[in-house]
Amino acid sequence: MDKSNMDIIVQNLSKNFQAVKAVNDISFDVRSGELFGFLGPNGAGKTTTIKMMTGLARPDSGTIITAGIDCSRNPKAAQHLIGVVPDESNLYPELTGHQNLCFCASLYGIGKAEREHEARKLLEAFNLKEAANRKFGGYSKGMKRKLTIAAGIIHKPRVLFLDEPTTGIDVASARALRVLIEDLHKQGTTILLATHYIEEAQRLCDRIAFIVSGKIVAEDTVHNLLKHDEGKHFLHVSHKGKNADIAERLYARFATMSFSFLKDNTFRVESSEPIIITPIVMCLEEMGIDVSEAKRITPSLEDVFVRITGLEADTMQKDKDKQGRAK
Amino acid sequence: MKKWIAFWNILLKDMRTYYLKPPNINWGIIFPLAWTGMFLIRSGSGLDSIPALLPGLMAISILFGTTSMLAVTVTFEKKNSSFDRLLLAPISFDLLMLAKTSGAILFGIVNALIPILMASFIADIYVSSWPLLILAVFLIAVVSTFLGLLIAVAVSEVFEAQTFSNFFRFPMIFLCGLFLPVSKLPIFIRPLSYALPLTYGVDIMQGLVRGGNFMSIPISFAVLTAFCILIFGLSKHFIRKRWIT
Repeated sequence: MDKSNMDIIVQNLSKNFQAVKAVNDISFDVRSGELFGFLGPNGAGKTTTIKMMTGLARPDSGTIITAGIDCSRNPKAAQHLIGVVPDESNLYPELTGHQNLCFCASLYGIGKAEREHEARKLLEAFNLKEAANRKFGGYSKGMKRKLTIAAGIIHKPRVLFLDEPTTGIDVASARALRVLIEDLHKQGTTILLATHYIEEAQRLCDRIAFIVSGKIVAEDTVHNLLKHDEGKHFLHVSHKGKNADIAERLYARFATMSFSFLKDNTFRVESSEPIIITPIVMCLEEMGIDVSEAKRITPSLEDVFVRITGLEADTMQKDKDKQGRAK
Repeated sequence: MKKWIAFWNILLKDMRTYYLKPPNINWGIIFPLAWTGMFLIRSGSGLDSIPALLPGLMAISILFGTTSMLAVTVTFEKKNSSFDRLLLAPISFDLLMLAKTSGAILFGIVNALIPILMASFIADIYVSSWPLLILAVFLIAVVSTFLGLLIAVAVSEVFEAQTFSNFFRFPMIFLCGLFLPVSKLPIFIRPLSYALPLTYGVDIMQGLVRGGNFMSIPISFAVLTAFCILIFGLSKHFIRKRWIT
């Protein structure tokens, strides 16, 4: 593979916290100008990976090359090329929005006139002009996230790391932030986006890696990930009541189909042939189970994620929503 | 040049955000005043005792000002993750730590100047060498600030920073010859005094203000400088080990 147009090359990266393998021998690369998604539940190793790539954590093994610089050996050497938006809005509550941006720019050696200009420009672009002279501590969550992103890009980084940029903020602010991320991508910034929102990853990313328990379990473009399910047929069934033999009896009756049992009395049917709903409903009724809903579904990235990782998509959503509320 | 822009702005930000806040300015004035008043009343010898008290007062003002301020501000920034922003800056770790501690060092120097200014108004203060006294004040401020940095690494909560600072500071008041000469301490306690950097700083000031030093001034300067390097090195080592895990 041609590595010359890669902005990030990660090879065999591992990190343990005592007995816990936080990141377990992962390898991936991100092309210049690409928006690469890291999709996984809470504790999957996304933040730890970003911390290692940005110099905030030391890898136990493996290499990280950012813009041609070996960051695993000398993380400081590439820090002028990267921007980081952490999962927490970690600017200074005592400083105003404008002061925060100017201070962040000064850390990259940007002179006074230029940083003042850039700060004003970003405040306007992020629709924070009115709040420029208000203290960061008094900002709403959405405003805080916006300003934290602005602080991450004020020095015009070649590579931007975004860790859960839309977690814990309202729908309108999240939408606005996604538009801003799309704009940065269009401008040619290489972006690594860690997120637990499947639809966000699907909408924004050129390629996605599914990360679970510190391991990358799949990595491809959204189109290719969905291609695995092309030609397959899916049915989603919700029911009331339970029967211990449900799986056994369904497999016995519909041998060519496969069944994934989810939580809350739901299961998914997968088949290479078109699925006829009636026999399945009747089979369940024979078991004394009432079917409340049975609908054919078009496979989405969420289905692919569930199938590959074995996790339920809403499990991680709930995890993160709790986290967002706690912030 | 670029790295000095970062250095200067970190220092400026800390001065504005922490050190020039009214409560800290009050602290810098009230703290030495309270100690002076207490010792003047206790000694009963009036203004004549001021030259004897001055080195101790200056040292205690620096010690209390710098250690708590740095330990608290760094712990606060670590707690709300804003310290990570500094760790991500493309400047060397040494320069970052020096920028972060410079504000507290300046705060400590100003804290030391307040007792000496006040004393010079109410008593005759003779200093054999002002440049050496300023150098001693600077080194005490540096070593106390670095001690605060070491405390910041050891704790994770802001309130711990304050209580842990006191764990070191209060014994140092009695062990480092601030108000009770080391020579008057029981002989088995003295090794502890010699293991503390403030002992050397206070001894230099005692020598310069009233000729009461019991160690050679150049040796005390050398030991104090060595303590600065040692504590800074230890702080950096522990920060790298604990904060960049």
